[in-house]
Amino acid sequence: MAQKAKTNGKVNGHHAHSHKTRVEATINGENVEFLCEPRQSLLEVLRDVLELTGSKEGCLTGDCGACSVIIDGRTVCSCLMFGVEADGKKITTVEGLANGAKLHPLQQKFLEDASLQCGICTPGFLMSAKALLDRNPNPSEAEIRYALAGNLCRCTGYDKIVHAVLDAAKVMQAGG
Amino acid sequence: MAESSNGHYKVIGTRPIRHDGIDKVTGRAKYGADYAFPGMLFGKVLRSPHAHAIIKSINVEKALKMPGVKAIVTAADLPEAEDKVEQVGEAAMNPRYLSMNILAHSKALYDGHAIAAVAATSPHIAEEALRLIEVDYEVLPPVMKVDDAMKKNATILLPNLRNKEEGDNPTNVASHLQFKRGDVAAGLKAADFVVEREFNTAMVHQGYIEPHNAVGIYNSDGQATIYCSTQGAFDVRSMCAQVLGVSVGKIKVVPAEIGGGFGGKTTIYLEPLSLMLAKKTGHPVKLVMSRSEVLRASGPTSGSKIKIKMGCTRDGKITGAEVWMAYEAGAFPGSPVGAGAMTILAPYNIDNFQVDGYDVVVNRPKTAAYRAPGATNAAMAAETVIDELAEKCGMDPIDFRIANACKEGTPQIVGPPYKRIGFIETVEAIKNSPHYKSELTGKNRGRGFAAGFWFNAGMQSSATVNIQTDGTASVITGSADIGGSRASMAMITAEVLGMDVTDVRPVVADTDSTGHTDVTGGSRTTFATGMAVYNAAQDVVRQLKERAAKTWEKKPEEVKFEDGKFSAEGEGIKPMNIKELAKRLARTGGPITGRAQVSTGGIGVGPAFAATCVDVEVDPDTGKVQILRCTVAQDAGKAIHPSYVEGQMQGGTAQGIGWALNEEYFYDAKGTLRNSGLLDYRMPTCLDLPMIETAIVEIPNPIHPLGVRGVGEVSIVPPPAAVANAIYRATGVRMTELPMSPPRLLKAMLENRRTHELQAAAAD
Repeated sequence: MAQKAKTNGKVNGHHAHSHKTRVEATINGENVEFLCEPRQSLLEVLRDVLELTGSKEGCLTGDCGACSVIIDGRTVCSCLMFGVEADGKKITTVEGLANGAKLHPLQQKFLEDASLQCGICTPGFLMSAKALLDRNPNPSEAEIRYALAGNLCRCTGYDKIVHAVLDAAKVMQAGG
Repeated sequence: MAESSNGHYKVIGTRPIRHDGIDKVTGRAKYGADYAFPGMLFGKVLRSPHAHAIIKSINVEKALKMPGVKAIVTAADLPEAEDKVEQVGEAAMNPRYLSMNILAHSKALYDGHAIAAVAATSPHIAEEALRLIEVDYEVLPPVMKVDDAMKKNATILLPNLRNKEEGDNPTNVASHLQFKRGDVAAGLKAADFVVEREFNTAMVHQGYIEPHNAVGIYNSDGQATIYCSTQGAFDVRSMCAQVLGVSVGKIKVVPAEIGGGFGGKTTIYLEPLSLMLAKKTGHPVKLVMSRSEVLRASGPTSGSKIKIKMGCTRDGKITGAEVWMAYEAGAFPGSPVGAGAMTILAPYNIDNFQVDGYDVVVNRPKTAAYRAPGATNAAMAAETVIDELAEKCGMDPIDFRIANACKEGTPQIVGPPYKRIGFIETVEAIKNSPHYKSELTGKNRGRGFAAGFWFNAGMQSSATVNIQTDGTASVITGSADIGGSRASMAMITAEVLGMDVTDVRPVVADTDSTGHTDVTGGSRTTFATGMAVYNAAQDVVRQLKERAAKTWEKKPEEVKFEDGKFSAEGEGIKPMNIKELAKRLARTGGPITGRAQVSTGGIGVGPAFAATCVDVEVDPDTGKVQILRCTVAQDAGKAIHPSYVEGQMQGGTAQGIGWALNEEYFYDAKGTLRNSGLLDYRMPTCLDLPMIETAIVEIPNPIHPLGVRGVGEVSIVPPPAAVANAIYRATGVRMTELPMSPPRLLKAMLENRRTHELQAAAAD
């Protein structure tokens, strides 16, 4: 349950310390509790408070998808959500995609198919692709492109990314 | 050279998983904004809301008093900078202008120009503090277009700017260059067909997904460290040293992983600010640009105006070409108009031409390099006019290219004649492609073709290869890896040493740990750093032969190295591979480090050509263009890692398509950028593109030991013209503006329809 921490009051019209709220969430399968200011986005909390820097900041307006995480099965731009809104939620980030040291088929196919060049968009794409394959295990190329249209890549032209998702879907259908 | 007996490479040309791959798919890889240090502060930059203004005063007192604010810097904290010109990466730079771009001196010259920087205990406090900084501006009229900047009595941006032709008159034209051959008037007169067109292309941004970042650390002994995402750590170091007035040896730059650059990260913005704030506060200071700041205040590439007149005989031989081009430099001189002028006619053998180029300052951000800087604007003009000429001759557009093609021995615009090049082979690769051979059917559909050229640069690189005690190797270079190049470095090393590529660990090192290495850009990395790596690995082989010789009591010349094994004639001498030899290093002389440094020359060390074919469908009611099919061919010389060569081809093509169809900067009448976000600065998404078919052509570069030509840039050059030519065949409209966005195309289509209706009515 969220509780407000004590404040020191205002100095020159500004808060010396902002209210910090205590939040409890499940992140990558682990129960996590953290303190954050109400004005901090979930992306900022993940990166600066929890040191999970795998989710990236690209635009802060929900247009590039580099900050994508999965919440209750849906791809969410963590830059468009406040940290305090994570209370009670189950969140998956790219750090939680692999099964211990065993890469998820999406991660494996991104590597084999050379689907990353600079790699900054890759965590976001992996999250969106995972959410897609979890609800649609056998997507067509068109369905993949539609599902990934909220993730921008500037390096690859998307060709090898789409191939990797198609290849990963095959592996997962075969039980891999 | 470790070639197997059938002459083929064992590692080069294969597609291993890149060594940094696992870190990048698990979120472990550290990009510049991922770094954190104890006691680190956060910086934010105050930026001018005016496109053009005199800065009368800056008052930071109130902001300094805000709790959590630790320091503020302005241009008053910078030393005086020299007024001269130096070469950095693919651009020329004047230290005085560089300093003025880092923090505005007496004038704000574009919406977003940096005025001051604040360091505070949280990024939110730093941002709030910006609002308390009081700046007194005297707003001046903005000059946003080359037309306005070049007018007589135009508002002057830089009071001290002069060019040779205008003597001591203040001007906005930083320079005028000209290339001539033969007699262009006679050439055009001899033509059977002449096409004359004027093109206007909008300013566009490289669009890397990762914003600029820097973490500066300043030690009390004057030694400073910068962690940043950059294409060139050595350039960051020398530019920061220049701006801050310190010697290069006082700064170490650690290149973080980089989330895209495309030329836009070959210069500095936040790095000197991070050091200035670190020095004032005694703490590490991190600065990261927001997306809005990236678009407003980093370095887009030039919008341009290009007038071109070209003529040919009826059997398709170009007889003359006349070009006038003016490129937006942004607030300070240095547009890529020179490269535009040198590339516009480069694929062709033309006896008579004149190209005049003008570098023009306007109240927009200082332009920076963007993948084959200047060439895409130029190709839009030349390759669509050539398409028109081909049509008038009744020739296939590819055959027209071949009829005028440059080849080995053709004189270049500047410099010696071409050595062996692959232009004809590249356009033929499209001609023979499944795409080009297929039929395109359906209404409102058309196919377009265009070609492109880029010089590719050489410059300097260093490399070392260390042999470990278990016989594996590390290869250390200073080339930032934006596209998978470290895998290629490992592959070259593995090939030379006869090892598995998984036994070679590639390292991208900081400026203290490796020798001077020029920027990752200019399509030079696999070429020049690859050459240094190749030579360093050969140095290792030479040293290992000495160790084998010592072990066998032979002379080094008697030791052979083939298929990864050292051997010599003699009884009882059994061949050894590197792993076995590595066990003997300590007793045969100690550790082995191979090293090499190369200086491979300037531009044009391995010219590359690309050719692109696109099929489009145009919605007649909205002007929206859908790319149905796309194929790109490119001469790579020798593809070290074919997947990453394909990646460069596909990525450049996608950027070119965005440039063609949607991307542009919208400034209002006040000179404020109105689309400084990724919703309205509209780059292609997954849904906008089809699979991009690739054809790698390999015409070996005669001056590289492996035949490598740079591959990073040229693929961006043809697409806008290819798309324009496809739109023509789909709609009958010749577009002369970029981007060919729906409103523009629709307007042109409606005008075209009206013209045809009027003509039809008049004929009745």
